[in-house]
Amino acid sequence: MSRQGNRGTEGKKMNSELFTLTYGALVTQLCKDYENDEEVNKQLDKMGYNMGVRLIEDFLARSSVGRCHDFRETADVIAKVAFKMYLGITPSVTNWSPAGDEFSLILESNPLVDFVELPDNHNGLIYSNLLCGVLRGALEMVQMAVDVKFAQDTLRGDNVTEIRMKFIKRIEENIPVGDE
Amino acid sequence: MPLCERKTADCPSAVTVTRKYIVRGATRVMADESLFEFLHMEMVAYVYKHQSGDNNDQERGSALSTLEGLGFRVGQGLIERFTKDTPSFKDDLDAVKFLCKDLWINLFRKQIDNLRTNHQGTYVLQDNKFSLLSQFSNSKQYIEEAPKYLVYTCGMVRGALSNLGIDSVVTAEVSVMPACKFQVVIQRS
Repeated sequence: MSRQGNRGTEGKKMNSELFTLTYGALVTQLCKDYENDEEVNKQLDKMGYNMGVRLIEDFLARSSVGRCHDFRETADVIAKVAFKMYLGITPSVTNWSPAGDEFSLILESNPLVDFVELPDNHNGLIYSNLLCGVLRGALEMVQMAVDVKFAQDTLRGDNVTEIRMKFIKRIEENIPVGDE
Repeated sequence: MPLCERKTADCPSAVTVTRKYIVRGATRVMADESLFEFLHMEMVAYVYKHQSGDNNDQERGSALSTLEGLGFRVGQGLIERFTKDTPSFKDDLDAVKFLCKDLWINLFRKQIDNLRTNHQGTYVLQDNKFSLLSQFSNSKQYIEEAPKYLVYTCGMVRGALSNLGIDSVVTAEVSVMPACKFQVVIQRS
């Protein structure tokens, strides 16, 4: 069950296309609805958060990973199991802080940005900000408060996409969390 | 195609069991479906929250048409990529059949279960287990909410047909979830 078969590229691309195109349409709609990029980024993060709190259950039900013992293990599970399962890519985990509470996920390619180009008047837009929300929401459900942001973005001219994740604290179990 | 017939290249042979979750977890294709489902849910929630201050019909209508419009553009994009190398369809029925089979499999991992037509431009596509509704209910519970979750797909169907040169109006109807029917009425100019 834990073996992730190698899909032929065709099957793989088709399905991510529905997600990718839908995401693109959604971001476009958000840009129409909100005047400025900051607001759009915030909305994407919120929506990602709401997705993340549900996605974690789907993930835990379908992968056989147990509880992670430390942040390093969490990082590995995120990169090697979760990203592979949902987006078919395996980012690399690097740039650990000396305290071991911060790391980077480097994505050579980002499926969300297939077919996407940012127009000139949207320099502040973090197109894939949904991902940050998803990671944040998912981890909150397993009692970890984290800060997630994009450090590099191929859409804005960088060579790779880099997501920086920082562990803030453990969340006590009895704090209820709802949709934002 | 029943899950148990899925190619063993994609899942370990020990996993050709009937437990849906295991097979789903072993193939990346399935994972995307859930990602899309969650995104779709959030998209519907967002459009409704943003577009309807109160519960009046006009605002609800505008949320539905926003979602339909989003689906329309995505449908156009998808069909374009998907039919790049296929020859053009000989008639409307051919195009609709393509939607029922190839497009539906691509989007929802199954075909349309039943296609009916009056041979005068109206087609009814029946999906007995529509993936975007299957998490909802197995009955009439929550049925008032169902239209919100169908309209994006209606847009995709209309957009796909539009890029094949066919103008249509697409609506959906649910009586018992998760089954639903999409009605396509071809518009002759």
